[in-house]
Amino acid sequence: MTVRKNQATLTTDEKKRFVDAVLALKHSGRYDDFVRTHNEFIMSDTDTGERTGHRSPSFLPWHRRFLLDFEQALQSVDSSVALPYWDWSTDRTVRASLWAPDFLGGTGRSTDGRVMDGPFAAAAGNWPMNVRVDGRTFLRRSLGTAVRELPTRAEVESVLSMSTYDMAPYNSASDGFRNNLEGWRGVNLHNRVHVWVGGQMATGVSPNDPVFWLHHAYVDKLWAEWQRRHPDAGYVPTGGTPDVVDLDETMKPWNDVRPADLLDHTKFYTFDS
Amino acid sequence: MPDISRRRALTAAAALAATATAAGVIAAPAASAADHAHPMPMPEPHENFDEVYKGRRIQGRPMGGGGHHHEHGGGFEVLIDGVQLHLMRNADGTWISVVSHYAPVATPRAAARAAVDELQGAQLLPMQMPVPAN
Repeated sequence: MTVRKNQATLTTDEKKRFVDAVLALKHSGRYDDFVRTHNEFIMSDTDTGERTGHRSPSFLPWHRRFLLDFEQALQSVDSSVALPYWDWSTDRTVRASLWAPDFLGGTGRSTDGRVMDGPFAAAAGNWPMNVRVDGRTFLRRSLGTAVRELPTRAEVESVLSMSTYDMAPYNSASDGFRNNLEGWRGVNLHNRVHVWVGGQMATGVSPNDPVFWLHHAYVDKLWAEWQRRHPDAGYVPTGGTPDVVDLDETMKPWNDVRPADLLDHTKFYTFDS
Repeated sequence: MPDISRRRALTAAAALAATATAAGVIAAPAASAADHAHPMPMPEPHENFDEVYKGRRIQGRPMGGGGHHHEHGGGFEVLIDGVQLHLMRNADGTWISVVSHYAPVATPRAAARAAVDELQGAQLLPMQMPVPAN
């Protein structure tokens, strides 16, 4: 059974195996398919139309399944690898070991945002930006500049305390746990982390930065924590909602999986704590 | 939705919006009629614009003919040096673009300026419209 660990606790060997598996997917071309899929959904999910991957109740199960696909791809390269998660409410500075050269590398240089160290730096030659929205072909970051602070634990707690999963109109204007976690409303958790990282992470092609997976693995863990706190609250809506994925409706692009199939993460993986 | 006055407020806030990083209630006074390039009985939620910002031409206008793109920008389009920027309007009237997708701003012009800031001189690539599998 896969165990997803806090990135801060990984051994040197675990970091190396994760990085090597990611680079192998990149080299084979499979990595860029994930970037492409994400961008296609982020550009087509709209508040007033069909919405599946973002700004909708299925934001959480969609990303759970998307991460499962990616994790399975990693495991096809190295079966020992699991997705780590980044608790950005704890490891909240540029000095976190997450950003060290033996893992993801650090922030970008000031002139053009180019990441200069680590395995994903353009100079290493292993991380071309193939799926992109502008002419730049190198990984960029600007940690902590577009927004100064990552969410605090208290802010996370305030969102976990919300007892309703999601609410009409089931989009970026909703109240409830999902939209406050996603960040279009309230203290802003998930969206703000994308902005804090900057570079490609702030764009529709955000999976170009490997931290995308660690960010979303933690967002996914927060969903699991929310479920433990609110055992009587469930995914909504549960039927008949235009443009929105109801509990028992299948989700694109897979078309064979429903939110109902993804509510229990222990069928697929557990967490270290 | 009762957001006509809100739209007016957002429009009036356009000049302030270049540095805006989050949506929020913007307590700006309603725009005067003179602020609108084409005063109409039902005011548009945004104004046409055509300016040079940080050395680059940014334009905002009602979407041209063809309708070959999804209209996620409420029928409005933004171009940077002539290349269309993928734009999306949120339910609360704020805007995002594909190069700044997680940080809503008040107007299409603010989204265009945010994109120029983000691009740091790089060329915007022509939009690749989504073709989700099935």
